[in-house]
Amino acid sequence: MFDKVFPFINSTICTAIPLLFGAIGEIITEKSGNLNLGIPGIMYMGGISGIIGGYIYEHYSSSPSTFLCVTIALLASLIGSLILAFIYSFLTITLRVNQNVTGLALTTFGIGIGNFFGGSLLKFFNEPGKSISIIKTGDGFKASLPFASKLGVFGDTFLSFGFLTYLAIIVAILASLFLNRTRKGLNLRAVGENPATADAAGISVVKYKYFATLTGGAIAGLGGLYFVMEYLGGAWTNDGFGDRGWLAIAIVIFAIWRPALAIFSSFIFGGLYMLSIYIPGLSSSDKELINMLPYVVTILVLIITSIRKKRENQPPASLGLSYFREER
Amino acid sequence: MAIAAIELKNITKRFGKVVANNNVCLSAYKGEILSLLGENGSGKTTLMNMISGIYYPDEGQILIDGNEVVIRSPKDAFDHKIGMIHQHFKLIDVFNSTQNIVLGLEGEKHFSFKAAAKKTVLAVSRIPKNILRFFKSLVKTVKRIPRFPYFVAKFFKSAAKAVCSFFKSPEYAWHCLKTAAKTISEAYQTIMCPGYLKRAEKAVLEISKQYGFDLDPNKKIYEMSVSEKQTVEIIKVLYRGADILILDEPTAVLTPQETQKLFAVLRNMRDDGKAIIIITHKLHEVLSLSDKVAVLRKGEYIGTVNTAETNEAELTEMMVGKKISLNINRSEPKDPVDRLEVKNLCFVDSQGVKKLDNISFTAKSGEILGIAGIAGSGQRELLESIAGLQHVQSGEIIYHNPKTGEEDELCGKSPIKIRELGVRLSFVPEDRLGMGLVGNMDIVDNMMLRSYRKGKSMFLERKKPRNLAERIIKDLEVVTPSAQTPVRKLSGGNVQKVLVGREIASSPTVLMAAYPVRGLDINSSYAIYNLLNQQKESGVAVIFVGEDLDVLIELCDRILVISSGCVTGIVEGRGADKSEIGFMMTKANGGFSDGEQ
Repeated sequence: MFDKVFPFINSTICTAIPLLFGAIGEIITEKSGNLNLGIPGIMYMGGISGIIGGYIYEHYSSSPSTFLCVTIALLASLIGSLILAFIYSFLTITLRVNQNVTGLALTTFGIGIGNFFGGSLLKFFNEPGKSISIIKTGDGFKASLPFASKLGVFGDTFLSFGFLTYLAIIVAILASLFLNRTRKGLNLRAVGENPATADAAGISVVKYKYFATLTGGAIAGLGGLYFVMEYLGGAWTNDGFGDRGWLAIAIVIFAIWRPALAIFSSFIFGGLYMLSIYIPGLSSSDKELINMLPYVVTILVLIITSIRKKRENQPPASLGLSYFREER
Repeated sequence: MAIAAIELKNITKRFGKVVANNNVCLSAYKGEILSLLGENGSGKTTLMNMISGIYYPDEGQILIDGNEVVIRSPKDAFDHKIGMIHQHFKLIDVFNSTQNIVLGLEGEKHFSFKAAAKKTVLAVSRIPKNILRFFKSLVKTVKRIPRFPYFVAKFFKSAAKAVCSFFKSPEYAWHCLKTAAKTISEAYQTIMCPGYLKRAEKAVLEISKQYGFDLDPNKKIYEMSVSEKQTVEIIKVLYRGADILILDEPTAVLTPQETQKLFAVLRNMRDDGKAIIIITHKLHEVLSLSDKVAVLRKGEYIGTVNTAETNEAELTEMMVGKKISLNINRSEPKDPVDRLEVKNLCFVDSQGVKKLDNISFTAKSGEILGIAGIAGSGQRELLESIAGLQHVQSGEIIYHNPKTGEEDELCGKSPIKIRELGVRLSFVPEDRLGMGLVGNMDIVDNMMLRSYRKGKSMFLERKKPRNLAERIIKDLEVVTPSAQTPVRKLSGGNVQKVLVGREIASSPTVLMAAYPVRGLDINSSYAIYNLLNQQKESGVAVIFVGEDLDVLIELCDRILVISSGCVTGIVEGRGADKSEIGFMMTKANGGFSDGEQ
């Protein structure tokens, strides 16, 4: 029994972290009134950019240093996801294109880019082999606290993670503090609730929307990076990330737009996502039923929050709408 | 004489061809309440919006304390200590009052090295004092500790209650659980509230105390009544240090008691040396509150008088002016018979405000019945009730059907049934395209909105609507590139013609038109008047809601005057006295405000 419980907890945490990054990114974006459905694409982009950055460095350097591997992959990933987030921001904020259409297009685009480079990067560099694998960079991301392995089961289950895991939780707490405890956070929420009022109060709506969407995109991209670097250990498989991006968006609803709750929710979702593997003796159709659980839970949350009609638990009031000052 | 707190010199503002303000001069002084009086559309709000930075004047100057200033945005206005309380509140529902008040303000200070160095020096010099302070704050924190047990106790108490009563009364248990949950959030609010909000809260309470407001700084906006929301708006402006306050029709949404409270606060602020400008239509309020009255009429500045030296009659005359002849054709009604009879109609809206109070009148065939009143007196609700769009609480609307000779009760009938009887509403709301026409659809499709039910096959019949659209374009001289142009791209007058044209094409027996000439130039207006007259001559009972008294007097056979949801008089259009109607419009006979909530 216990030999299954601890690996289950471990893999729950591993699955939850990319979801948490994605959800925090989406919450910050949505708090500014932008519904960024491009988050799944941005997460793919964050993953593949990190791979490309790490690969190029490992390819050209004769003796790559772990620190540089990690830094370069991290920067490359941030740049990649920021590019996609910027395209989204420019289209929806400056040009006021429909947000749903833009987001869905970006998701398709991001997944396409990920699979394209994932499949052809080796060919560009005339290397043999079929799948990319940058072990050095992957090891850098996986490096855990030195004393973790000495703590037995406890260390293996709870402390055997790389820095991105802890970063995810820190980012979530910081996001929660930012949104709820600072003036800038208050202003950001005001922009998402009622941009006209925020504008009249002297808040630059466009600036806040850009800031939130770009920051949110960068954070979500880290989720993709975590997946390829720590979860897969520096390897890329096409469509490997799967539907986790959409799950991150479901978490946003499940956590009723609160970063602190998102930590908790992503662990629940991670657990549900992994559950079918750890329950012995399931037929494949039963597994599919269990894999459905996260979505069922999300629908239940939607139903409960809309029945309760508590205003604080509703999405930001102007979510999905573009703002144009003269349209008073 | 003292220098004016704010002075407007020769301000002119045009919107396209329409002149909203022409050469207006106005000054407001510190320690004075100035009322800005005028009919609908006389340019009061436009003028004030120019002071508060929403519009920019085309000509003229704005002087503050004798210096010329340029106000380009609401922020500029704030910087010049001007605060405006708009008729439609600009508040965020899910925030509490304090959060709304501090919204958009910068932090206390940005970090600067110089300031930090200064602070350090100061701090070092005050070490002994600071030690004392530290202990003081320690005591304060310790004092706050008893609040934790309070919350903890409260939480466990209600949780325990919930468990105990779970089997006896699940409902009560649920209630207790809710209380427990609320306690947690309450504790979080009091203990975890960020510092800047706490300081703001204190300041808000101080302002409230100073001027006699009654405000809970932690109450969410969506839980508030209209008057509380207004209080938040006023404090927001005061918190930002405004010296010149502009209130746009602040009493329109208040009950008489709330109005009295507001006036007391305004007097306090006046005595505190603030300059206050208040826009209103209500004469008795002007007389009881203000020190001076400035009157605007159709964008022109008429004059300023001291309140003490004037009376209602003089103000009414300044407001409505002398009668102007417009030469609108008006034929004698041909054998009028009762067509629509409204008896004791009452309507209370979803907020519990009584919008219509005991309205009774009769509309006759072959005549135009005008409805005069200040904007928002219940015109919209009245027409919507007749058209079946509102659910009235009591009263009757009886329709005398000319075909069958029977009497039909319209209350409780669906809008489609009412339309089939021949009652047509061509409602032109503020945004013109809101009800009636779909902006992104072309003229033909808009015609189809009325006829799509009639087709026999499953496909839409496009031929008849297209013919109708082309006929309307030709007959009413609609200026449009083609019948396939989206309605949104037409000018206001042409949109109006399309709307009215469609409604009269179905040969109604009752035609209701609300503000059909709003925003139109003179030629288009006359085209609409002629259309209405044609309908009248063909025996239709026309109900015309208008703003311009001159037009109402020249066009209508009878004029129904409503004020605050009550009928204050019915006058004959021929030989009607303009100031008499103006007086009836502004007469406050209690009406809906007494019965509110």
